[in-house]
Amino acid sequence: MSGLDLTLKIWRQKSSVDNGGFETYDVKGLNSHMSFLEMMDVLNEQLVTQNKEPVAFDHDCREGICGMCSMVINGRPHGPLKGTTTCQLHMRHFNNGDIITIEPWRAKAFPVIKDLVVDRSSFDRIIQSGGYISVNTGSAPDGNAIPIPKDIAEEAFDAAACIGCGACVATCKNASASLFVSAKVSQLSLLPQGQPERKERVNKMVAQMDSEGFGHCTNTGACEVECPKEISIEYIRKMNLDYNVNNIKS
Amino acid sequence: MILDSKIPDGPLESKWTKYKSTVPLVSPANKRKLEIIVVGTGLAGASAASSLAEMGYQVKSFCFQDSPRRAHSIAAQGGINAAKNYQNDGDSVYRLFYDTIKGGDYRSREANVYRLAEVSASIIDQCVAQGVPFAREYGGTLDNRSFGGVQVSRTFYARGQTGQQLLLGAYSALSRQISKGNVKMYNRHEMVDIVKIDGKARGVIVRNLLTGEFNRHFGHAVVLATGGYGNVYYLSTNAMGSNVTAAWKAYKKGAAFSNPCFTQIHPTCIPVSGEYQSKLTLMSESLRNDGRIWVPKKKGDNRSPNEIPEEERDYYLERRYPAFGNLVPRDVASRAAKERCDEGYGVGETGLAVYLDFENAINRLGKDIVSARYGNLFAMYDKITGDDPYSTPMRIFPAVHYTMGGLWVDYDLMTTVPGLYAIGECNFSDHGANRLGASALMQGLADGYFVLPYTIGKYLSQDIRTTPIKTDHEAFVEAENDAKERNKKLLNNNGNRSVESFHRDLGKIVWDYCGMSRNESSLVTAIEDIKQLREKFWKDVKVLGDEKSYNPELDKAGRVADFFELGELMMRDALERNESCGGHFREEYQTKEGEALRDDEEYTFASTWEFKGVNHPPILHKEDLDFKTVHPTQRSYK
Repeated sequence: MSGLDLTLKIWRQKSSVDNGGFETYDVKGLNSHMSFLEMMDVLNEQLVTQNKEPVAFDHDCREGICGMCSMVINGRPHGPLKGTTTCQLHMRHFNNGDIITIEPWRAKAFPVIKDLVVDRSSFDRIIQSGGYISVNTGSAPDGNAIPIPKDIAEEAFDAAACIGCGACVATCKNASASLFVSAKVSQLSLLPQGQPERKERVNKMVAQMDSEGFGHCTNTGACEVECPKEISIEYIRKMNLDYNVNNIKS
Repeated sequence: MILDSKIPDGPLESKWTKYKSTVPLVSPANKRKLEIIVVGTGLAGASAASSLAEMGYQVKSFCFQDSPRRAHSIAAQGGINAAKNYQNDGDSVYRLFYDTIKGGDYRSREANVYRLAEVSASIIDQCVAQGVPFAREYGGTLDNRSFGGVQVSRTFYARGQTGQQLLLGAYSALSRQISKGNVKMYNRHEMVDIVKIDGKARGVIVRNLLTGEFNRHFGHAVVLATGGYGNVYYLSTNAMGSNVTAAWKAYKKGAAFSNPCFTQIHPTCIPVSGEYQSKLTLMSESLRNDGRIWVPKKKGDNRSPNEIPEEERDYYLERRYPAFGNLVPRDVASRAAKERCDEGYGVGETGLAVYLDFENAINRLGKDIVSARYGNLFAMYDKITGDDPYSTPMRIFPAVHYTMGGLWVDYDLMTTVPGLYAIGECNFSDHGANRLGASALMQGLADGYFVLPYTIGKYLSQDIRTTPIKTDHEAFVEAENDAKERNKKLLNNNGNRSVESFHRDLGKIVWDYCGMSRNESSLVTAIEDIKQLREKFWKDVKVLGDEKSYNPELDKAGRVADFFELGELMMRDALERNESCGGHFREEYQTKEGEALRDDEEYTFASTWEFKGVNHPPILHKEDLDFKTVHPTQRSYK
């Protein structure tokens, strides 16, 4: 477990209206068991002692489920490992002397707030436009009154595993949110509970996605590769089918 | 201060039904005029905000994360309990109630716990209707599994991501109300004070974390759903942002705080691997359904685990607790692991770990079934440690996970400040001295979906004539100025040490002296240590950046400042309670076999503390717990 010395090139940007730029920092003697964010903690403590402002980055649960961490590491959202969020990436996957480039998510619909922190409230607004089943508290039937085949429940779960981090948008050349939107649309359209609002839901969510400034899907498939929850691009097909069937009929 | 728990009269089984049928209602026309503030968007906060908005109240909801969907409930893995008896294994509302009271080591209120068990079944129905993809059997019905401290299968789950799925359900309900304009949502806002007018909670001061601006918000009632305070230990399974600040401000404004020393140390977490470590990761309790816990029989045996033959392994939980085996409650399992490691049988580089082994399960069920049950947990373990649990046992050690203590609330979930409510983990209500697995999700959603929406009407029905109070009222101005002053002080301190380094030192004191075991003399020392460190913090902390822009260092400094005061109260509470119960283990009070020794004569009460100033000792009030249905006995899982 020898110490790891790294050179970090990090995007620094004071606020959404400032022009940002890369700054270079050296960190030395890191433990390879550290997580990537713990490496950032070390850097930030170092910066504080040098009277330099620490690098702002989003993070919270640090166990790969809250979806808050969001760094483009050497050009890839969440870094080099498949199916892994930044917080679950460990330094054992880097080598002594590496130069690591760290940038924020870049997309028109995710404006930079500061350094590596971006505004993802557009995702919230997409869910608010229809990403739910309208059921008031207290009006639900017994849980077992709606039998759901195991494979359907599993498939809905695979879609529901989305953590809303936005890596799919960050990696897409069009900054499309199709994987995110289709995951929620598919979770609910697979389940019997989601049928009554199925048509309306997909129309509204797609319209909201477009109005937020996300680009169109051109089937490159980068989103599926970078998704830390490995959500399948198949859901985009399902969403498009639903959307097209609705709009051809009407 | 008078503690009136307001428990309704009548038999235990009919208290809640009677309450619901007789509680005063607020008419739809009046609901529209009433404003409610909900702080926090975890399971409790999101379910409360959406349910109250559906009922017609005007709701304002706040969270410090960038989206309400990120609250730390999302990280709960294993499941949610409900007394459905779908497995036909003898479960009932009474049994869930009994298990929870017993699991809590007889330090919780019967009436509250019974109500929790009673509403548990509706939670599952509600979540299914929202589209939560629970695990299913081949016939399409809901599947269940077992958790610690019980002998039935009543835990509903969605792979190892139950918290995520339940939270996304509540978040979707909240999103629906936001889109209808019934909830006004404030992301990246932190509550920094409660505003009290004429003795009642009438609003909050919040800080916009992006701009540094302070804002004042009026509410006819204020609901705190701000989670637990495990991060006082620095290392815990909580999210980095989880903090006590909102609950602590409430305490300082007159809301009593109960049982602060009742903290849960979860037995199965990934061990600490170095000084740099920022957080600990839980491995779900569900793993104990199929995993077997052991250490070598020989001290300091440093062979690799696969080389240690069966007869040289000590499956100490199965040996000590044959009736429950690996599924004993969390406090018992944690202490047993500590006992083995203290005696020198621990494994791994630090000797502070035990094995959680799936070899038997893989042989019995096959790798595919084990993978279907726990695949995501195994993958997470592999990512963090670089070891593959399919081929070598996991190494685990206890870590701080949950806090049973919290703001004192009555049966209505109202604190000692009229109009101020506390729900979910931030109250002290249902888990006594130890929480059973899969019960935190149950309590959060019970409070938010099915309890608070009824009980808050009782208070608000008396408040329908109150028109919104203008936020230029002096109480708002004063609270805002106090908060601003504090931030200025932190920013202009010109000290030498980072916030993080102080937090780490505080955490070490709290873990060493108020962790898995406590004793009188070290608690006395620790109180002084914390005071000294707190003074150093205010003299020497260095916070860079400015107050008018996004400044996570400043946010953290404010939270750590509150943890110092809380840490001291925890020590006082632990010192006062001369018995061992649940998560609170006082070395002086144990049986010959090393089990916790309760003192029901002297300590059948909730220790409830009243704030009297930072440099003055708080006053202890006792809420006596009256066991009419269950008779406290020594907990036995043997």
